[in-house]
Amino acid sequence: MSETTRYTISIYTENNIGLLNRISAIFLKRHINFLSFSTSQSEIPDVFRFIIVVKMTDSGVKRIVQQIEKQVDVIKAFYHTDEETIFQESALYKVKSSYLFEERQIQNIIKDSHANIVTVSPEFFVIEKTGFRHETDKLREDLAPYGLLQFVRSGRISITKSTMGISEILNNFNNQNNV
Amino acid sequence: MKNEQSLHISGAEAVIRCLLAEGADLIYGYPGGAIMPIYDELYKFSDQLRHVLTRHEQGATHAAQGYARTSGKVGVAIATSGPGATNLVTGIADAQIDSTPMVCITGQVASHLLGSDAFQETDIIGISTPVTKWNHQITKASEIPQIMAKAFYIARSGRPGPVLIDITKDAQFEFFDFAYEKCKGVRSYQPVPVLDMAQVNEAAAAINAAKQPMIVWGQGVILGEAEEEFKAFVESSGIPSVWTILGLSALPTAHPLNMGMVGMHGNYGPNLLTNECDVLIAIGMRFDDRVTGNLATYAKQAKVVHLEIDPAEISKNVHADYPILGNCKESLLALTKLVQHKPLKEWKGRFAAHMETEYETVIKDDKFPTKGGLTMGEAIVAINKYTGGDAVIVTDVGQHQMITCRYAEFIRSKSNVTSGGLGTMGFALPAAIGAKMGAEDRHVVAVIGDGGYQMTIQELGTIFQTRAAVKIVVLNNDYLGMVRQWQQLFFDKRYASTEMTNPDFVMIAKGYSIDAQRVTERTQLDAAVKEMIASDKPYFLEVCVEKEANVFPMIPTGASVSDIRLQ
Repeated sequence: MSETTRYTISIYTENNIGLLNRISAIFLKRHINFLSFSTSQSEIPDVFRFIIVVKMTDSGVKRIVQQIEKQVDVIKAFYHTDEETIFQESALYKVKSSYLFEERQIQNIIKDSHANIVTVSPEFFVIEKTGFRHETDKLREDLAPYGLLQFVRSGRISITKSTMGISEILNNFNNQNNV
Repeated sequence: MKNEQSLHISGAEAVIRCLLAEGADLIYGYPGGAIMPIYDELYKFSDQLRHVLTRHEQGATHAAQGYARTSGKVGVAIATSGPGATNLVTGIADAQIDSTPMVCITGQVASHLLGSDAFQETDIIGISTPVTKWNHQITKASEIPQIMAKAFYIARSGRPGPVLIDITKDAQFEFFDFAYEKCKGVRSYQPVPVLDMAQVNEAAAAINAAKQPMIVWGQGVILGEAEEEFKAFVESSGIPSVWTILGLSALPTAHPLNMGMVGMHGNYGPNLLTNECDVLIAIGMRFDDRVTGNLATYAKQAKVVHLEIDPAEISKNVHADYPILGNCKESLLALTKLVQHKPLKEWKGRFAAHMETEYETVIKDDKFPTKGGLTMGEAIVAINKYTGGDAVIVTDVGQHQMITCRYAEFIRSKSNVTSGGLGTMGFALPAAIGAKMGAEDRHVVAVIGDGGYQMTIQELGTIFQTRAAVKIVVLNNDYLGMVRQWQQLFFDKRYASTEMTNPDFVMIAKGYSIDAQRVTERTQLDAAVKEMIASDKPYFLEVCVEKEANVFPMIPTGASVSDIRLQ
């Protein structure tokens, strides 16, 4: 019916076992796939942050965020377009060490891509690149002819341009309950 | 007795003490290996906490639901691990979709066995996640007080729902220092949104500008204990009001502004006029598809005011032009002060005219037939006559449910107990047991079809053992009637697996020492219902009704509410 857009859903949660299951069930029920998923500690101690990337309609994402926020252990959930966030992904590339010395071009690829060498051993070396999807993809394509031994990319991590106000929510709760 | 502050007790005893602290005096359940330490404590505390042994764990959940619905308290069901726990799932799902406050406690294998596929181990946390408001697994006794307090708080606050607590057997055995403190809040959870007067003012202006307003109320009025506030709002605004199936009984049937039921088998006028009103005021309801029919053609001409406690329901199915978040007990009070009374004579006259049409084409023959087989409707008329509309009416799912909800009369709230959202056949018999225990002084009449009755018929054993004075009316048409109706109308009468060869229900009831009789003739009905209601014991009445009767009006699936058919 209406067009789908890529949205980043940010969820601030308590660190409770099973919450991931509860959140993924909301997507499962509606037959929606994650494009990317990551979770980590947030700026607030004991508060976790989920970052989920989906392609959905505007009305669909609005409703799903309402359902997420309804969960008892979810403090707050937001959704944003790419323009409203600063986002990155990290990728690791494992290449045979012999190529580093035999194929001079590899050194240029690494330099031009602003990638970092994480580790070098006699057998292999590992390169790390953080950036947009097209940047990590380009490096993968560039390295492919040299026999990429392993490639892995993280889910999107993103920070919003607008403020989230999570501390305020928690402070309000604490103030109400200390009276 | 020792001071509560310094009790050194087992986890199992702590569970009982938590239940008592939360005001639970009655729980439903079924014992088994992983829950035995708690049952052992139930034995010791039997003078303070009554346990009703159902004949299946599903029955325990439905009984807890029935108890919650008539008493307004949190229902409690308890079961062992594995199959005991999975048997709870249907009742939990039912409570979730119908917003019933319930706490389920399951035993679990000892924590060192978790994940080892131990005997009767099942991941009930994983299984119950999509159908619970909250759930949690306890592996240490010291967690019990805080988690139990949180469970009750979450189950009963805001939009109520089911909570499941899974307790490993070692945590039940473990001793610890017990102290109990009630939960006052959870920082990630705001149960009741703060009322925003700007929203109330805007909605009031829209309502005051309306020429053809209509109220649709749901169970939120009952759950919010807002019946008085609701009645005041209806009366001071003078707006014709219609109900969803779970809203039934919040306003007396005979109230002049009660115009009937909306939805698939609702009344003619309320459905047709949904698509003609200019302001639709939805109160504590969630626009289920059985209410709205095709959303693309539902109340498109109307401005929608939506009073709702759950923010996730706002504009979920139907766009709310004027949302009012909060408990309707509070928001209705605020709104009533701002809304002007209107006579709406012509508009109300249209409801009356449609009701007359419906009466002549459908209702008259349903309720007062003069020829043909017995109808479900006339059985309900007889129940109304002898209960005076003051009974708790419990229904199962199907034709009998629609007929009963259409024709049963109510004079007080919390009197309609049915499985709405999930449509759980087998709900009624165990729910009626709980409903009776939640409202001991009232008549409780369970009206059930022959199909649904046999899904939980084993709960006759619970009635036999507890002597709960439930009146059971089975409206027997020897068919899964609602499915058969659809097969007749939409599948060219191919009655695939809907005909039932039924046993002698009267003989079965008598096997459980329940007084029972069967009615096959119209002339016997009145006296039989009279005898049933007059009895102070459990009673079973089988009414053999017309086999292939249909429920009308009807909105076919996917059709618009304005396409409601009278025949």
